[in-house]
Amino acid sequence: MDFTPLFKPKTLAVIGISLHNDRHPANVIYNKNNLRFQAEVFPVNDRGGVLQGETVYSRISDIPQTVDLAVIVVRAEMAPNLMAECIQAGVGGAVVISGGFAETGRTDLQDHLVCMAREADFPFIGPNCLGIYSPPYMDTFFLPSERMVRPDRGRVALVSQSGGILVDHMTKFAEEGVGLSLAVSIGNKAQIRELDLLRYFAQDTVTDVIAFYVEGFEKSEGREFVLAAGHCPKPVIVLKTGKTPGGDRAIFSHTASIAGDYEVFSAVISQYGVVEARDEYELVSYCEALSCYNQSIEGKIGIITASGGHGALAVDTCLSHGLSVPTLSEQYQAELRKQVSPRLRAIASLSNPIDLTGSAVDDDFIAAAKFLSRRGEVDCVLILLLPYTPGITSDLAARLSLIYRQEGKPLIAYVPHVEKYRIFIEGFEFNHIPVAHSIEGAVHMAEAVRKCQPC
Amino acid sequence: MGWVLEPHAKRLFSMAGLDVPRFTLTNTVEEAVQFAQEVGYPIVAKVVSPRIVHKSDRDGVAVGIDSDEEVAETFNRFRRIEGFIGMLVEEMIAGVELMVGAKIDYQFGPVILLGIGGTGVEIYRDITLRMAPLRTSDVESMVKGLKAGRILEGYRGSEPINLSELTRLLVTFSNLVMDLEEFIESIDLNPVICSSTNCVVADARIMLTDWEQRDIT
Repeated sequence: MDFTPLFKPKTLAVIGISLHNDRHPANVIYNKNNLRFQAEVFPVNDRGGVLQGETVYSRISDIPQTVDLAVIVVRAEMAPNLMAECIQAGVGGAVVISGGFAETGRTDLQDHLVCMAREADFPFIGPNCLGIYSPPYMDTFFLPSERMVRPDRGRVALVSQSGGILVDHMTKFAEEGVGLSLAVSIGNKAQIRELDLLRYFAQDTVTDVIAFYVEGFEKSEGREFVLAAGHCPKPVIVLKTGKTPGGDRAIFSHTASIAGDYEVFSAVISQYGVVEARDEYELVSYCEALSCYNQSIEGKIGIITASGGHGALAVDTCLSHGLSVPTLSEQYQAELRKQVSPRLRAIASLSNPIDLTGSAVDDDFIAAAKFLSRRGEVDCVLILLLPYTPGITSDLAARLSLIYRQEGKPLIAYVPHVEKYRIFIEGFEFNHIPVAHSIEGAVHMAEAVRKCQPC
Repeated sequence: MGWVLEPHAKRLFSMAGLDVPRFTLTNTVEEAVQFAQEVGYPIVAKVVSPRIVHKSDRDGVAVGIDSDEEVAETFNRFRRIEGFIGMLVEEMIAGVELMVGAKIDYQFGPVILLGIGGTGVEIYRDITLRMAPLRTSDVESMVKGLKAGRILEGYRGSEPINLSELTRLLVTFSNLVMDLEEFIESIDLNPVICSSTNCVVADARIMLTDWEQRDIT
């Protein structure tokens, strides 16, 4: 099945336009695409008419061009007929935004759509979803443009069963500087499901990381998903909800009572190298880290800071997340001591965490980062950058980022996220180094890089 | 909900190539005593009843029996247990107690469990899970994933268990489970007793698919 018309349409029809209600979801979708996106958009409504000076087509077949994607925003009962018309007219695929299908008990209507689509080899997303956000081509979310927070273009594809969670994560991506390639809300996932999108994004040239919000899989579907993820060369991240045991069936065996649904889910996805994010914060951190690094580490962390407290907090957090912080040998410490500013030699602590103290200057950070990047004892470097220390300049973040380009050892930064320090944050972000707003966030990022391998 | 009685389950696993203790199923004291003398005391005796899933909850397991008299006493006690159809007499195995299990997960199909503690597994909750069929590398990571995994490697003077036998057991078992997927809901091999020479399935329970509640798709 060809998904290109779904994700990169040149022409778009919005079916279900209202002639007098501007807040109708179909109108919101029509307006935002008409004004802001590349795909040419056509309004459709069975009564025809004129909207904002444009012809409203009464049938999809009246549109004078081939339509790549139809966005269907009509009452559930009307959806099957309209989809049949789309198929008849040679439309490439559809997004069915409307609710009122399996989620309200109308499995018959939903099955009708699926049968029809399967027979015609016609791809569709939904029903009961927000659909697809695929800049610069189009956006089928019925949320006014001015209400949405749009993350930068980037390399992470987000797939979510829940539209609300998806939009929320787009906001978080924007806040944390994580770039998005595409976002898909799959709703009832009647035809196109997580597995189909995993396969599509595995091939998609603008996507490097594939993240899923999953509520649950159908019978044996999880097996197919992990097997496909195991072969996918790109990091796959999953946030699962419904972790508490459900169901009230009597359990007679020890295995069944200990190996609950979530325990199995968690164990099996990591068996195949899928990275499980335990909550929404981890999901965002993991996406950021894995969009920068696709190499596995054991989790031997080197820490560079200008404050002993930050170093100690980072060590505790690393250890509680299964990462190690190996102490540097006396010999290495002596070597590094020669490379830092003379006034630091008596006061800096160089055992790991490396505490350069509040007297450190840019070159001290550079020396320490280079030093750790060249030692096999650590395989990931955490830099806790405190922009208020007087000796450092606004160039530091960008200069540190270059060390990764030269040495190839993953570098992760923490910078307090306030507007005043944006130049430091961007110094990392623009140079493709993950930067967290908390020490814990930075440790999550290191954890993501470690988890990104089969176990 | 149906299940397979222990002696039948053990025969099945034995045919599949897993080690089980030497055992006999009998309903006379004489045969029980004769078998006990053959394998040598101490021995283990268990009640066999189609009415009882959890034998130890019903006082249906006796370990460390070391005389003919005790065999007879145990037999007479078991005979009064609901649904008694016989007594299983088997050699007593020493070693580290593990639990191996399988369940057919709705989302992932057959999965395999390895846990520390055998019959105490639900208290320790030290388990690892993997999707079947298992590869050798999966078994390695399962052992590593147990908090008490060091016990298996030999701890404070105790001998390490035979890891290649454990691997053979888990891989063979997982292949068998793949074949039985349609028919079973879960399997407990509990305990599996591992020593430096072998891993023996000391008890086994197979819970069968509930065809009435089964979602036929």
